[in-house]
Amino acid sequence: MLQRFVNPRLLRSALPALSFAILLVAIFYTQPRTMSYFGLNLMLQYAVPIALATLAQMFVITVNDLDLSIGPFVGLVACIGATFLYETPLLGILMLLGCILLYAAMGALIHLRNLPSIVVTLGMSFVWLGIAVLVLPTPGGKAPEYLKALMSLQVPLVPFPIVAAIVIAVVVHVALMYSSYGVVLRGAGGNPRAVARAGWSLLKTKMIMFGLAGFFGVLSGLSLIGLTTSGDAHIADRYTLYSIAGAILGGAEFVGGRVSPVGAVLGALTLTLAGSFLIFLRVSPDWQIGAQGAILILVLALRALISRGEVR
Amino acid sequence: MRKKTWLLTFAAMGVALGLGSVAAVPANADTADKKIALSNNYAGNSWRQAMLKSWEKVTGQAVADGIVAEASAFTTSENQVTEQAAQIQNLILQGYDAIVVNAASPDALNGAVKQACDAGIVVVSFDGIVTEPCAWRIAVDFKKMGAIQLDYLAEKIPDGGNVLEIRGLAGVFVDDEIHAGIQEGVAKHSQFKIVGSVHGDWAQEVAQKAVAGILPSLPEVKAVVTQGGDGYGAAQAFKAAGRPTPLIIMGNRQDELAWWKEQKDANGYETMSVSIAPGVSTLAFWVAQQILDGQEVPKDLVVPFLQINQGDLEKSLETTEKGGVANVEYSLDDAKAVIAGK
Repeated sequence: MLQRFVNPRLLRSALPALSFAILLVAIFYTQPRTMSYFGLNLMLQYAVPIALATLAQMFVITVNDLDLSIGPFVGLVACIGATFLYETPLLGILMLLGCILLYAAMGALIHLRNLPSIVVTLGMSFVWLGIAVLVLPTPGGKAPEYLKALMSLQVPLVPFPIVAAIVIAVVVHVALMYSSYGVVLRGAGGNPRAVARAGWSLLKTKMIMFGLAGFFGVLSGLSLIGLTTSGDAHIADRYTLYSIAGAILGGAEFVGGRVSPVGAVLGALTLTLAGSFLIFLRVSPDWQIGAQGAILILVLALRALISRGEVR
Repeated sequence: MRKKTWLLTFAAMGVALGLGSVAAVPANADTADKKIALSNNYAGNSWRQAMLKSWEKVTGQAVADGIVAEASAFTTSENQVTEQAAQIQNLILQGYDAIVVNAASPDALNGAVKQACDAGIVVVSFDGIVTEPCAWRIAVDFKKMGAIQLDYLAEKIPDGGNVLEIRGLAGVFVDDEIHAGIQEGVAKHSQFKIVGSVHGDWAQEVAQKAVAGILPSLPEVKAVVTQGGDGYGAAQAFKAAGRPTPLIIMGNRQDELAWWKEQKDANGYETMSVSIAPGVSTLAFWVAQQILDGQEVPKDLVVPFLQINQGDLEKSLETTEKGGVANVEYSLDDAKAVIAGK
């Protein structure tokens, strides 16, 4: 009965925004101090690197793969950013470009040898971590001034993290959802055989998607050290799980090239807010991870419910 | 002219009286409505558990006495820099007046710490200190902790001899510092020679295995210098190898103290034990309270470490829980003494 009035498709794409809004209202209610420019800025600052890492994960999920190495990769970028990029900028930039190329090569390897991406990326995660520890054996280093200045930018009226999130989401959304090559890229996940028959190179799409993931991983790492002002090889270990959870919260599916960039960014913001919310509620740390999981399951259950309506 | 002098005298007296009355007011008057939070990055070992317990005990009393309004402890679920940074930001939003931090990283929290300072919040870091200049640091002089071990050895074994060094977890700043202190000590007391060095990772089992592995290649060992949590394992390794027990410096863990007591009763074994008391969190609490009270506090404070000598062994062992660490909780007066640099 309800389905007649509410379009499940619309509801499904509105779900990330809806869960974000509900959580935001709940936070405003429990801690009114957050309802200010300063409060939102503080609360959402760390959402920017998580959103970028989530988009990186989303690119990989688009072509039916999963990236278990994005966290350590962001950590590696942070270490390079806090050392080489600060001391010898040119070499630093070259190294970061090399990282992106390696990511694209990883995509090529997965495609050519038909390997499970989980295995390849899990292996690579140790490689990234190892290089990161070599680059920066003990936590430290210095973030370049321009990164610090960018991340602590005071935009009038709307806090910077919100502006950044909107810009990132819109740019990626337009490029992936509305450009003609974006359709091909998503098609490589939805129906690879059809895309290959139409004359598109699947190798190329995979390399582009992994390369994009690497690029956004680099952006994530750089924005992260802009906030922390120094690097640490283990700085982003949690990001692997955050990015997968964020992408799924944002409406992505593991197979079929069904993703939503705006949703992914919203998913990352929701995850960040969930952490704050639990601290404000004074949930004991022993329960916090569980509670965060519960929020995730709740949203996914809602989605499953809506999807069922969609199938009928 | 004369009138003016009188006026000045009165003014001076008035100021003096005023100051006197200010000083007479108990120091806790100004912080009764202040809220202090503890941001802790890890709770997964006996030392951290004891640290949190001490915090609860001392601050609970302080809240009950009306010295501060609130003193809650927050621990991140995983030892992660980004998580703790977000936690500190949330504490800023919750309107705490001071945040006491045991930091996951000396540098990577600087961004969040600066934001707290900018919001007018007093940040006091201890144990795991932060390098951001606006924060206070209660640091442990780990170098000295290494150096005094050699000073003690020089006193006990004036002739010197071979020394085995057990280090901590490789790549951690604390390990480097204590090691540097021990090297300094060896340079000062040149009759001692480090003949071997292993990593015991501050854990008895690891230390035992590492020492057992290196022992066959070593000449007679007169003494073992340690970093805490590894003395008992070293003793076991010497025993298993059938070698005479050297003078092993202990690290305040209950099993180490118990072993020491056993040896002391059996053959008059003498050594000393040194480590940091987990109760240093309570010192940080009082320092934060003093800063909120408007006291002038230097940005860098050094916490005294807890040394157990032959004479205090029984007493320390009695008050240390099984599986725990010898602890001491600090009082407001202790904090004042540390602030005064005594």
